[in-house]
Amino acid sequence: MARFVRWYGSGPLHLLVLICSFALTAYAMVRLFAVRPLEVAIWFVGAAILHDLILLPLYSLADLSAHSVPRHRTGRVPTVAWINYLRVPTFLSGVLLLVWFPLILDLAIPYRDDTRLPEGVYLGRWLAITCVLFGAAALAFALKLRRVRRAVPADGHRPPPGRDAEP
Amino acid sequence: MPEDAHARWRLRRIGAAVAAGGAAAAARARAIARRIGETPAPPGPFRPGFWRSPIRGPWLTSVFGLVLLVGIPVLFLTGALSYAAYNPDLGPHNDMTPDKGLLGFYLFDWPTHPYWLYRLTQGVHVTLGVVLVPVLLGKLWSVIPKLFEWLPVRSVAHGLEQLSLLMLVGGVIFEFVTGILNIQLYYVFPGSFYTLHFYGAWVFIAAFIVHVCLKLGRMSRALGSRSLATELRTDLAHTVPEPPDPDGLVPTAPAAPTMTRRGAVGLVGVGSLTLLVVTAGQSIGGRLRNTALFAPHNRNPGGGPMDFQINKTAAAVGINPAHVGPAWRLEVRGRAPMLVFTRAQLLAMRRHDALLPIACVEGWSTEDQHWSGLRLTDLAAMAGLPGAGSVLVESVQSRGAFRSVVLRGNQIHDPRSLLALRVNGADLSLDHGYPARIIVPANPGVNNTKWVHRLTFRT
Repeated sequence: MARFVRWYGSGPLHLLVLICSFALTAYAMVRLFAVRPLEVAIWFVGAAILHDLILLPLYSLADLSAHSVPRHRTGRVPTVAWINYLRVPTFLSGVLLLVWFPLILDLAIPYRDDTRLPEGVYLGRWLAITCVLFGAAALAFALKLRRVRRAVPADGHRPPPGRDAEP
Repeated sequence: MPEDAHARWRLRRIGAAVAAGGAAAAARARAIARRIGETPAPPGPFRPGFWRSPIRGPWLTSVFGLVLLVGIPVLFLTGALSYAAYNPDLGPHNDMTPDKGLLGFYLFDWPTHPYWLYRLTQGVHVTLGVVLVPVLLGKLWSVIPKLFEWLPVRSVAHGLEQLSLLMLVGGVIFEFVTGILNIQLYYVFPGSFYTLHFYGAWVFIAAFIVHVCLKLGRMSRALGSRSLATELRTDLAHTVPEPPDPDGLVPTAPAAPTMTRRGAVGLVGVGSLTLLVVTAGQSIGGRLRNTALFAPHNRNPGGGPMDFQINKTAAAVGINPAHVGPAWRLEVRGRAPMLVFTRAQLLAMRRHDALLPIACVEGWSTEDQHWSGLRLTDLAAMAGLPGAGSVLVESVQSRGAFRSVVLRGNQIHDPRSLLALRVNGADLSLDHGYPARIIVPANPGVNNTKWVHRLTFRT
């Protein structure tokens, strides 16, 4: 068994479970790919690529660049941990768009005729919710800024609180 | 026999040469493997120092993993129930996936009790699927360094595991995407939704089971490594990386924290809650329907007693007005000679009432509607088959996938199963199936055929 482990890289149970799983995968895949196999394969692998290599890097990059922007700013504005005031509304608004974009962007062609419901309501709702989310974040951040400014003496010698001031 | 001996000698020599060659090849392979193993990681995401979030680690991954470990089986189970609810074993009229083979092993006679069964199971399936999107995003974010693991394949076992992970990640996103697009009637995926979502689910679940088998122990150890209550009290100043883990989730060069673990879990939770609030109303109905701000069936179409959800309007499926006008007739076939009724004749017969919802595979449903019409079991008796085992229902609908369906004996003989002529005190509207439609308790919406013109009862 030690030789097997050295050759295979794990115990025999690992191999048995994986082969069992792959057999079921193959059984279902033959049927999944029975019609328009290339397109289905593109969708299947594309789904993983779209998320792992496009969506995730994009939002990570957006987050990183948002971080770096205010570093160039100098002045006597007290530094406050602010990134989450941007992250939270962006995430919530983004998740709504990610899930419901076909309706929000009027992409579902049969929707109106099939259901006898007008489609145009969704974009307005999403924009309204986005507005409320960012407005609430702005308000919360403004209150926080005020609290921080009050805690800092007028001459600003005391190091301001917040993450950036920590060692 | 010298020739024989010679042959044996040659065979031995060949054997020895092969063995020597094999050993040499194996040594070469090992050397190559060693050299590959020593290849430095290419720059960028393959380097361990690239991923810097200090909250990434086994604990956070396991929290999201635990939610999915509960949620995904519920999704799979309710999905499998929905598949059974179509009664695909009743033949090509019902079966969207005729080559399912063993994957339909569990099929059973879909019941009519409780009458809200499909409304519940499919409402849960769709709403839960939508609600789990942020959890899935969080989970995938938390394990992203694994995608760029160096080397990508370290051993046979590792290679197989990576292949299984491709099925897992590709499968889960494929299932979520096809499902979420389908409920919004955005039919851009390559083929029939039923085929893709059903077989895709089996591909996914095969990889999911392996993943659970391989990671369950690690998950429970990781969850045990930190107390949830403590983690929920930890502020940013005290947020430190977890100890290094064998999977390399914990960063080797962590950045300063900008969010607590409490914050990350909370953000995902709030995301899920938001999606729940803007979605669930279309399945709950009543006053809550309007709270489903983004769900496709969040408003009623208007129209007095007909003010409830329409799946496909008459115009959308090309109902020819001539086929549902005064010339419309209902044909009832069975053992007796074929019976033909006008709508007036049907209305003159003894009608029965039933309070039943319409529940769609897309997850939305209506509240109970007050249907009035003829019992299917009475029609079966008229056709000379009081114990009918099935009925083929055919619509005048000229296009669309669900213009005919087979109902099973238990559905025919439920006293609430009707060929409905009226609803909520008025004649059916054209969009709700005028002149006559099927309504059967716990039946998926599309199997409650509209614009019915022929019933063929069979033993």
